[in-house]
Amino acid sequence: MSMIITPADYLLFGFFPTVIFSFLLPVIGVGLFTYIIARRIAPLVRANPDYRFDNIPERIKNLIVVWFGQIRQPRYMRAGVLHIIIFAGFLILSIRSTSLVIIGLDDGFIFPGLDGTLGTVYNVMKDYAATAVLAACIIAAYRRGIIRPARYAVPEKYGHDHTAEAVFVLGLIATLMISESMFEASAVAYNYQALGDAHFPAVFSLAWFFSKMLGFASFATLQGLHIIMYYVHDVTFFFFLCFLPLGKHFHVITSIFNVFFMRVKKGNIKPVKYGVSDEQLDDLESFGVKRLEDFTWKHMLDFYSCADCGRCSDQCPANTAGRPLSPRFISIKARDLIFKNYPIKSGVIYTSDKLLVEDIYTEDEIWSCTTCGACEQECPLGIEYIDKMVDLRRGMVDEGMVPQSLQKPLKALEKRGNPYGKMEKKRADWAKEKTFAQTHTVKDLGKDTADTLYFVDSITSYDDNMQDIARRTAIILEKAGMDFGVLGKGEKDSGNEVLRFGEEMLYQELKAQNTEAILESGVKRIVTADPHALNALKNDYTGLPPVKHISEIVAEKIKSGALTMTPCKNRDNVYVYHDPCYLGRHNTIYESPRQALDAIAGLTRVELEKSRDRSFCCGGGGLMLFYEPEEETRMGVIRVNMAADAGANVIVTACPFCLVNIQDAIKVAGKEGEMEALDFTQLIEDHLA
Amino acid sequence: MEILVCVKRVPDTAENEFELNAEGNDLDRDDLVYSVNEWDNYAVEEAIRIVDNLGGSITVVTVGDDEAEEVLRREMAMGANNGVLLSDDAFEGSDGRGIATLLKAEVETGNYDLILTGAQADEGAGQVGGMLAAMLDYPYASLVNKIEPGEGKIKVGREIEGGNQEMNEIELPCVLSIQTGINEPRYVGIRGIRKVAGVEIPVKGAGDLGVDAGSVGEAGAKTKRVDYFVPDPGDGAEMLDGDTDEIIEKLIEKLKAKGGL
Repeated sequence: MSMIITPADYLLFGFFPTVIFSFLLPVIGVGLFTYIIARRIAPLVRANPDYRFDNIPERIKNLIVVWFGQIRQPRYMRAGVLHIIIFAGFLILSIRSTSLVIIGLDDGFIFPGLDGTLGTVYNVMKDYAATAVLAACIIAAYRRGIIRPARYAVPEKYGHDHTAEAVFVLGLIATLMISESMFEASAVAYNYQALGDAHFPAVFSLAWFFSKMLGFASFATLQGLHIIMYYVHDVTFFFFLCFLPLGKHFHVITSIFNVFFMRVKKGNIKPVKYGVSDEQLDDLESFGVKRLEDFTWKHMLDFYSCADCGRCSDQCPANTAGRPLSPRFISIKARDLIFKNYPIKSGVIYTSDKLLVEDIYTEDEIWSCTTCGACEQECPLGIEYIDKMVDLRRGMVDEGMVPQSLQKPLKALEKRGNPYGKMEKKRADWAKEKTFAQTHTVKDLGKDTADTLYFVDSITSYDDNMQDIARRTAIILEKAGMDFGVLGKGEKDSGNEVLRFGEEMLYQELKAQNTEAILESGVKRIVTADPHALNALKNDYTGLPPVKHISEIVAEKIKSGALTMTPCKNRDNVYVYHDPCYLGRHNTIYESPRQALDAIAGLTRVELEKSRDRSFCCGGGGLMLFYEPEEETRMGVIRVNMAADAGANVIVTACPFCLVNIQDAIKVAGKEGEMEALDFTQLIEDHLA
Repeated sequence: MEILVCVKRVPDTAENEFELNAEGNDLDRDDLVYSVNEWDNYAVEEAIRIVDNLGGSITVVTVGDDEAEEVLRREMAMGANNGVLLSDDAFEGSDGRGIATLLKAEVETGNYDLILTGAQADEGAGQVGGMLAAMLDYPYASLVNKIEPGEGKIKVGREIEGGNQEMNEIELPCVLSIQTGINEPRYVGIRGIRKVAGVEIPVKGAGDLGVDAGSVGEAGAKTKRVDYFVPDPGDGAEMLDGDTDEIIEKLIEKLKAKGGL
């Protein structure tokens, strides 16, 4: 008896060499795949520029950690582990699948380097990988098809359900695993029967089971299976390859690029157009994203890469509150439009007359985003949303499509430098409050000099209920022995939300005025108690002295001994710290405020389930306070209930906007008297020794 | 359709704190910021929508000093095609009739089918639209909250006391005073204004308009402001002082005391 005949040598019906299939299938498969990819690249070529070749070491790190390491997957434990198994299996089996294609032409083919011990190790690995992937596919199909976790559901307004595609692809993967194992097992069983050759696959692997099952099959059956399974694998492999770019499984190909090119800086906003400086903005014909091709190529790559896992929308506070925004569908609707306007079959390119916000998106959808960043933090593929929202808003602002509720504060910002339309000369009036003014004076850096600038920003300067934050901050800085002052009427709104709401030119004016005033004051550092101001000055402005949040200063000064805290005055309270988005996610300041609170002896502090980089936005700051969204509940109310569930009765935050939203939400939730909201500065100042 | 929209530069009610000046005859205008009268924005927006549908052009006109040019630019950034500034030392101190006289002269230099004004202005008396129509001997509809343009005629809707709506057919040319709420005026950003920053805006004086300088301005005014003051609280009226929280607290107390709560 001889060995089993391989696909490279087999003659179908005794005369037709199957090697012809082995040759044709890859040629057709690769040819078709190349054509499809070329069509998919077509819109990227016509898209706006995007500079993504900077910070290469950081990008390589992301590739290792986010792509290869799948670091974000276990944030959703069950799905994450399944994905890691399938991903690792794919990496391992990619070598096997490629060599299988060649084996169909040349049965002796072995990948260079895999002929010795390494090859033996690899063979064991790939047998177990195929087994694990098959098991993961079965569990994943059960999850998708039977358990149906809520985050995969597609609300009617967003189109059809994607379960069928998901399960179909899991079926394809399972077919690949089974056919590969069966191909191997049939040869093993045949050769064992014929020659007593005992090279069995790895014990308890899929191929091992199959080889045992086939132990008593006839030679003819085994030979037939061997050939059939080879071509089932070959056909499925190339079908899968060409199917990937047609839907949500494109991420199998694009993820490596998408992660490499993902956002590497935090908290900043992309320029209106890469390559156009602030001074050249006036020369631009149009602003922002109005039509599909106005997106940058990376943003289009994002659309291709979306795996439809729904994690972004599951974390999105706007979606949770019932606003008409679900980030997942920002990607999916755009991808559907790309597929429609750049069809594979005809090779034609269609353009739409309508603006994107009249076509696939709605204005309210785009204004609903608080730019909290929860979606981007979560996405395992590094898909961005904030820059897209800002670009779409830039487009709407340019077209005059701004809700009336936002027009007033924007105009006030233009005229008075604050969204309330209050007089510039009253910006530092918070310092004139009687009891404060009796014992404290705050330097006006318009007339005086100091090392440190306290940048107050609009809400803390003008809102009656927030001015206390300014006074407390001043007292803390004073106690910490810092020489500080304020810009007074020279300070304008930081413009953090002006930029994020798409009013670029107004933001540019505010930035220019603040930058000039700050540089003129000659300060060496800037401190603020408003995370939105912190973010703008630190991440959007350029050329300023270093900027810190008051919580960082407090934590540092406690450590150095410059500030000491008295024991907790309200031992019965249970405190919880709410991470403001612009302090936490956008500036990774999670520990300083906690360290400062923990320095108060006897203070009972619990943690929210959603905290640190998974913090849940309170409702948004800056201009978002003026926007009147369509929503079912307020984000703040959801957040207050989360705090109540955590067993807290005092919510401490470190942002004036969070304080406004949470204070209001406590009232709306009917928890007045039971719960209270405090600013960080208030709690700290109350406990300064 | 050729449309003329009459606009006015006024101190912005949302962004100012109004105080009397030392003489007690006017607002203290040192720290005021100005903008387009709110009603006028609705009129311009409505004109843009009509022209978008039917074609034609929009001219915005204002009576004022050099600084009034900014409101013309803002409206041009919104979408008006041309601006005209009626400015002359002789125009200063015009009463409503004087303004209407100047606007009438401007209307007669052009070939307008439709003249729109705001229903009123923040600082005004809501009289110019009506006077202008009368002087031109044009039909007039006030407080218009709906426009359906047609051939030679248009239909205009007016909101009537009690929330009723009436529709009227009106012959062109005509004058309409536009009520807020007729549309949602589009946003004008700094970028829009900069785009029209270089557009020439003709300035017309008394001579250009063929208006007798004596019939307008302070000289021609037949109504004169004789006093300007904050009225004393009348019987039963009371102003609550303090910050917002204090005011609310006092109000709640008062309501409780009177049995309102």
